[in-house]
Amino acid sequence: MVETQTALKTRMEVKSLNFYYGSNQALKDINMPIYDRKVTALIGPSGCGKTTLLRCFNRMHDLYPANRYEGEILLDGESIFGMDIIDLRSKVGMVFQKPTPFPMSIFDNVAFGLRLKGIKGTELKDRVEKALKDSVLWDEVKDRLKDSAFSLSGGQQQRLCIARAIAVEPEVLLFDEPTSALDPISTAKIEELIVELKKKITIVIVTHNMQQAARISDYTGFMYLGELVEFNYTEKIFTKPDKKLTEDYITGRFG
Amino acid sequence: MEEVAYAEKTLKEIRTRGLFLERFLKFSFGFWALFAGLLFPILAGLILLYEARLAIEKFGFIHFLTYTNWDPVAEDFGALTMIFGTVVSTILSMLIAAPVAIGIAIFITELAPNWFKSIVSTAVELLAAIPSIIYGLWGFFILTPIMATKVEPWLQEKLGDVPLIGKLFQGAPTGVDVLTTSLVLSIMIIPFMASVVRDAFNMVPPIMKESAYGLGATKWEVIRQVVIPYTASGIAGGLILSAGRALGETMAVTFLAGNNPQIPKSLLDSFTTITVALANQFTEADTDIYLSALYYVGLLLYLVSFTMLGIAKFMVLRLEKRWKV
Repeated sequence: MVETQTALKTRMEVKSLNFYYGSNQALKDINMPIYDRKVTALIGPSGCGKTTLLRCFNRMHDLYPANRYEGEILLDGESIFGMDIIDLRSKVGMVFQKPTPFPMSIFDNVAFGLRLKGIKGTELKDRVEKALKDSVLWDEVKDRLKDSAFSLSGGQQQRLCIARAIAVEPEVLLFDEPTSALDPISTAKIEELIVELKKKITIVIVTHNMQQAARISDYTGFMYLGELVEFNYTEKIFTKPDKKLTEDYITGRFG
Repeated sequence: MEEVAYAEKTLKEIRTRGLFLERFLKFSFGFWALFAGLLFPILAGLILLYEARLAIEKFGFIHFLTYTNWDPVAEDFGALTMIFGTVVSTILSMLIAAPVAIGIAIFITELAPNWFKSIVSTAVELLAAIPSIIYGLWGFFILTPIMATKVEPWLQEKLGDVPLIGKLFQGAPTGVDVLTTSLVLSIMIIPFMASVVRDAFNMVPPIMKESAYGLGATKWEVIRQVVIPYTASGIAGGLILSAGRALGETMAVTFLAGNNPQIPKSLLDSFTTITVALANQFTEADTDIYLSALYYVGLLLYLVSFTMLGIAKFMVLRLEKRWKV
């Protein structure tokens, strides 16, 4: 245990973060590390702020007026609030609770972010292929890359969205309940994929499903009413949590 | 036992009462829905067809559509001048209105700050509430002189010598012509078009846009590559619905077209449309064949509008089916 602890590198760090939707405070003094090439899960009952926290990591809240951050989030030691937002979002990718394929072909979907960065020609083709292989979708779609992305099944669409996100080679990938709209088989595939992806990418996942957090994450944060109640390695959280509240939630006494 | 019987009786009463009400509502509302949605349009079409029968018999279909002479005295009628005027003024007004309306819709849904959105939305919708005769009056008394003395001479000076395009700006600038009519028509349809397109844009789920932003897209890239393709058939549907309005617009066009049954040789020529001919000539139609010819052009307008609305509806339906996320 000690060895792995010392080998850990902190990729992102949240420091006394407060977040407000207008005058309504949604996050209260959050402090947590996001470790490099690990899966960090955020769990908690509905409305606890886990998605809100996730959306802070790539400043998705900036899209809407009256949202306000206080405190600091660091990416590789640099404040994300001082970074160019386009730059930040290509370093910190995101996958949503429902598949969101764009109204274009399968190829163009994966190429979307690459084209924004000005990548063309054979490099574009190679990187699309690589992303599709990394998301274990290549064999299913290689013969119909020109088809509309809407022709794929829900699970395939979600893997396409993951391919699209990893094509730009982000350092961190955020998952916002990525399997909530999928059937168990597709869910299992996505989970396998996440475990595979963490070899290269740091992953943060919000999930409603505690079993999912237990299965795939290395670290887990339990949130309640906008506060991070407990953060620890997953095994610890699910076997001997320090806080009574965490235990009650894990054992299904509320939530 | 008595209580059970009583309860059963009450229950039965409630059931039958509900049933009667339901049946009554189903029947009466159904009737009106059927009447407004199906019977009335069909009836209107049949009446037009019936009234136009004399002219249809005398002039045929192809001949009537392709013949330019409209002579009530000689009782010799062809609808080409009107059809041409209607089609050209509609297309031109669409060309002017579409970019502006799409721009307004983009501004309202994507660019404007929240507090400003509702103000612009309401203002644009209020434009649609202005009666068309007001547009006609404004066009005739305010815009026409400006077009005749300033805009059109300027256009002639700048573009008159350009090959091909120059041809479109020949003739005396009177202000009562194709250009002014199309301009006013476009102003009239912009509010409607903008709100249909805005509604289509609003159908784009926020997470769709967020996905694009999440890949490092700028606002403009999101609008151009996600919002517009996502709503393409909705936009097309909106444009065609607006074209339907331009086709049927009467009052403003009556003021501005000049009611001259000729094929305009340039944008600065006066012309006529189906609606103008109907509005101006129904009261003068003193012979059966004259009246019947007017009904005939009315029937043509009815068919064109109906087809266009049908296409629009189909496209919007396709959008909803295809992009349901």
